[in-house]
Formats: sequence, structure tokens, C-alpha cells
Amino acid sequence: MLQEAALTETKTETETVTGADLLLRALEFENVEVIFGYPGGAVLPIYDKLYDSKILHVLPRHEQGGIHAAEGYARISGKPGVVIATSGPGATNIVTGLADAMMDSLPLIVFTGQVATGVIGSDAFQEADILGITTPITKYNYQIRSIEDIPRIVKEAFYIASTGRPGPVLIDIPKDIAASIAQPPEEKEVDLPGYQPTLKPNYLQVRKLTEAVSRAKKPVILAGAGVLHAKASAELKEYAEQQQIPVIHTLLGLGGFPANHSLFVGMAGMHGCYAANMGLTECDLLINIGARFDDRLTGNLKHFAPHATVAHIDIDPAEIGKNVPTSIPIVADAKEALQQLIQQDGKPPAQKEWMETIQQWQEEYPYFYDREAERLKPQKVMEMLHAKTNGDAIVVTDVGQHQMWAAQYYRFKRADRWVTSGGLGTMGFGFPASIGAQLADPDACVIAVCGDGGFQMSTQELAIIKELNLPVKIVILNNMALGMVRQWQEIFYESRFSHSKIPVQPSFVKLAEAYDIKGYMIQSEKEAEAVLDEVLNSREPVLLDFRVDPDENVYPMIAPGKGLHEMVGVKP
Amino acid sequence: MKRIICLTVMNRPGVLNRITNLFSKRNFNIESISVGLSEHEGMSRITCVVHVEDDRASEQITKQLNKQIDVIKVTDITDQSIVARELALIKVQAVPYTRNEVYSLIEPFRASVIDVSKDSMTIQITGESDKVEAFIDLIKPYGIKELARTGTTAFPRGTQRNSQQHKSYSII
Repeated sequence: MLQEAALTETKTETETVTGADLLLRALEFENVEVIFGYPGGAVLPIYDKLYDSKILHVLPRHEQGGIHAAEGYARISGKPGVVIATSGPGATNIVTGLADAMMDSLPLIVFTGQVATGVIGSDAFQEADILGITTPITKYNYQIRSIEDIPRIVKEAFYIASTGRPGPVLIDIPKDIAASIAQPPEEKEVDLPGYQPTLKPNYLQVRKLTEAVSRAKKPVILAGAGVLHAKASAELKEYAEQQQIPVIHTLLGLGGFPANHSLFVGMAGMHGCYAANMGLTECDLLINIGARFDDRLTGNLKHFAPHATVAHIDIDPAEIGKNVPTSIPIVADAKEALQQLIQQDGKPPAQKEWMETIQQWQEEYPYFYDREAERLKPQKVMEMLHAKTNGDAIVVTDVGQHQMWAAQYYRFKRADRWVTSGGLGTMGFGFPASIGAQLADPDACVIAVCGDGGFQMSTQELAIIKELNLPVKIVILNNMALGMVRQWQEIFYESRFSHSKIPVQPSFVKLAEAYDIKGYMIQSEKEAEAVLDEVLNSREPVLLDFRVDPDENVYPMIAPGKGLHEMVGVKP
Repeated sequence: MKRIICLTVMNRPGVLNRITNLFSKRNFNIESISVGLSEHEGMSRITCVVHVEDDRASEQITKQLNKQIDVIKVTDITDQSIVARELALIKVQAVPYTRNEVYSLIEPFRASVIDVSKDSMTIQITGESDKVEAFIDLIKPYGIKELARTGTTAFPRGTQRNSQQHKSYSII
């Protein structure tokens, strides 16, 4: 006993820690709740420390699923999602998720193992130049070269990922650094002289915009995901109401403004609604708040907002003027900019006619589908989901037709209820992302809307929802095809359906059952009614295989190269 | 149009990779890039010469470079009064009876011979890109065996004239 006491005493005098210890301490310091990680050779020292850690570790069945789950977590919680992957293949498997997070500005902290420093560059077993690979698709990346740097680098990484325009940061840790022993280094402050995001708007530009608003006859606000990242939806609503300006959303911005509000026009873009696209085309003042004028939103730039004075509020100065010439640039956090605009309390524009025109468009050209059809329509399924969840579920989608139907028919009442892969358009994103979303908001009703194609890219993650008993509701809009590809082939390639139909499928119900998850196949509206009533409020995972009309297309639609006003399929 | 962009960057691993990566990612056409230490410890200076279509494209380059976390400062100095220099080493064929001819070309360009062998000589020339270009054209007929250029490095002059004025006449 005495000996033991003596031992612990000397221990505390000269405390030594490993790199992995420092890493976990740094994560605890950042209040990390959950890690999405997959072990392997190069991260064994870290995993040994995780064995005793209080942080929840989620083991996806593929690293790509892990990073998409982290993206879903980041989108809903507003905090960085944390991922661990091993060196080589573990690291390359997360590349898609990094590119996706970079495009959609999601904060992630990704740790990758690396071979020991002594063998870097020798093509060692499971070595990959992950810094080289990920430089263009991360906000920043690091390789830790010395154990003393671990606390500082992790602190910097969290700061970079979650401030300014959020994005993924990767930290590569050679195995010997994680295993090496040192005395805890002194605390160092974040020192990034080249990184100082501008948050406060320039007063003169705010004045200029206020004046432009008071002169405008046909103003619109285009609100993107920047509003959500800045947690500025309350300010957006206040400003729009104060100035009586109609609000249009981008795909990623949905939820920033309540869809049931009288000033809400709809989503714009390739499959946006007629009123929103015409609103952008006809407006004389376009106030972009936190959107990046993506090509799927603008259509052909030549025809985009031809009569408008363009104002653009963005935290990333490089986005202003990138695609659309801008006369009122405001580099700022959306919340700060909106607060200042509200304070200006400018004279609202006289634009009764403009609102009437928009309402007329909305009434005359709503989204439509054949409500009398015999076959179950995917749009109907989305409408039912909306009605039965009171528009308050977290909807996570994959990419394709179902994504557009979800965006069109699920009318979000509030912010941070919508997770989708917008910029990169990553199939296989939806289902794993829903896992992260559920972990971020355990009490919420989370619906993962997938196509039959995309779901098959990440079916393996069924294991997680079973393991953690996450009550995710998987909705597969099954049309036995890669629907969006099929639609384009029908319209632009003379219905030559080259490799877009997938008639051979697993029984999704049996697949779910193989993981001990309840599954239902649903072929009619009546069945849908009954099953949805039964499962939507349950606290366990469930898979719903909706057999929908395989020939259904998404409309309205803007063909590539066309302007927003050249929509097709605007009326039945 | 040609733009000269000066960068001050943190001297961190991979920083040059980040900059060149950005040029290829954003599809910017780069003519030359030169890197070296700067007057501040831990910081390097990069001078890039790029070709862009219009002012908007050059603004994009500047903004994208500025967004990089390791980049402290970006200046497009093209429209300023600047000093710009490039160094070239040229190994040219020169047998004894053409050597004098080559020497006579070197002098007005204030180039210098830094190595001579039986059948060749190596010339060092410094100056603005145009001058180096002109000299290379002139020396080409003699047969250039090897050529190495550093690319332009530049910064603004200590005293700036009004750039509008500066544009209207040449001081040379």
C-alpha cells in the first residue's frame, strides 16, 4: 500500500501524457458530445484512450456513413461534427463527405490517422497523402508534427471550422505522435493572423441598401443557408415584415423563413416554384442574404434578375460578385447585418401591386400532380408526411427526385429542420445524415427521405440505428430507378434509359428485418394512411418502402442553359 | 490581361501547395510564381503573374487568395508604380568566332557572362520580364542550349504616383 501511494505521488509531480490523451482532453475542452469514428491501425493509440472516455462514440459501418452522420449532426446542432478515421483507406473514404461539407459550409473536425513520421513518404502500409488530397476540399488542414502542438491545433481547428463561413477542418495525426509521451504543454492562444472573419457590416453599405429598399417597387429577399448558420431566422422575419418584402428561399435555406407566412414566395431554382423564379426574374431589387448564387438556383446567368439592383449580404467576401455582379456588397454575418437593417427602420417600399402579382403567380401556378391517379404518387407521400408531422419534423434527404419533392411539399415552419446535400449533390448522404440529426435532437421526429438508389449506397448504417435504437423513420420513395437520371434521359435523351432503371432490388422490408428493424411496404394511399399513423410517433426505427409511380417527373423544371423564366411543366 | 499579385503568407508546411492548388481549382491561368522569405520572420512573400479575362476575374483571384487561412495580405500591384525584376540564366552556343558578337549584345542589356566553356557561355540577365524576353529573342539565333527563368518578383515603389497619372505616360 505504501509503495503504491509513493508511486502515485511521483506520478503527480511529473505528470506525463500521451498524444492521444492530449487529443481527448482537447475534445472534452470543446464539449464534444459525440464522435463518429472507425478504428484502424494508425489510430489505435487514440482508440485505446477512447475506451475510457465519456464521449459517445458512434461506429458507422463505413467511414463515409460516419462523416455524413457528422454533417447531419452539425447541421441540426450548429456545433462541429467530429469524425475519426484511420490512415490510408479510412482517410480516403471520408473524402466525399469533406467535399460535401465544404460545399454546404458545414463545420466538421476530422481526425485521420497517419503512418509514423519516420515512414511518411515511403509508401508505407495504409499510407495516403491525405493533406494533399483534401487541401482543395477543406477549409484548412493540419498534420501534427509535434506532440506539443496538439492542444493548440485542436483549438484552432474548432475555431476555424465554426466561425466565419463554417467548413470542414482535417487534422492528420501520425501514429507515433499519438503514442508518444510528453509533459502537458503550456496553454497557447489561437494565433491566426491571416484569419479574421468580418462580422459587422459596413454602415455606408447598410445605408445604401436601406435607400435602395425605400426606392424599390419590386423588391425580393433571397435567403440562403447563411441565414441558418447565423441563426438569424427571427431577424429575417422581423426585417421582411418591417419592410414588407417577399422572401424567396434557396434549397439549402428552407426553414429560415416560415413557409406558412404571407410573405413567403417559395423555393427558387431548377425545380423551384413559378412564383419564386418569376419573382427573381421580374424584381427590381434583389437582396441576397447568405446564398451563393449557385447555378442550380440562377439558371443561365444571362437571364438572371435582368432588371434588378443586386445587394448581397455574405460572410464570405469571395462569394460577392463571384457569379452575379453586385452593386451593394455587404460583407457581414447575416444576423448582424439584419439587425442593423432593422435598426435603420427605413421607409418600406410602396409595392402593393408587386405582392398582388406574386400572389397571382402563386395561385395560378402552384406545384401540381395528378391527385386522382390510381398509383401512389411520391408528392402525395410528402404531403401526408407534412400533414401528419404538423410540418415540424426534421426532414433529411438524399439526392434526386425525392429531394426535390421533399423541398416542394414539406413546408417548413421553422429553422434547422432540414438537412440535404445541396452543393455537391451526394447520393448516399441522406440516411447516414439522419442518424447525426437524430443524435443532435434526440426527441425530434426525424424522417430520412431517400430514393431506392441512394438508400442502397448506405444501407449498412441500418446497424447503427438498431444499435443505438434511434427512432429514425426511413422513407424510401421507391420508383425502381435512379429517378432524376431517368427523368433527364426521358426529356433530353429521347427516353433512352441508359442504366438508370434498377429492376433488381432487395426486399427493403426484409433488409430492415435482417437488422431487426420493422419494415413496411406501402403501395396505396390507404395503406400509407394506416402505417404512418401507426409508426410516426413510435420511438423505434422503422423503414417504409413506398412503391410510387415510376414514371413521375419533377416539375416545374428549368432545362440546363435556360433562364429562370423559361420553366417547363408549370401547369398540368 | 496580365496581373501581378503579391502575397504575404505564413511560412507553414504546404502553403505553396495551397496557393497553386487554388489556382488550378479555380481555373486561373498562372504565368509565373516566385516564393522566398520576407522581411518578417515566419512569413514568406509570393509574387504571382496571372492571366485573367477581366477585372471581375482578377477580383475573384484576390478574394479567393485572401480567404486562405495562411494568407496574411494580398495586393494586386499591377496598376501601381512598381519595381519588378526577373532573373534568367541562358546557356548559349558560342564558339570563339561568335563570342564577341554575343558580348556586343550583352552590354546594352546590362547582362553578364558568368561562365564560359569551349563552345558555350552562360549569361545572367535581370530586369523586367519584357527586357528578359527581348534579350532571349535576340540571343535565340545563336542557339540556346539551356534556359532557366525565375519568374517575376515585385513590389510597389517607395513613392507612389497617382495611378491615373501613371497610366497616361511612361516614365522610361
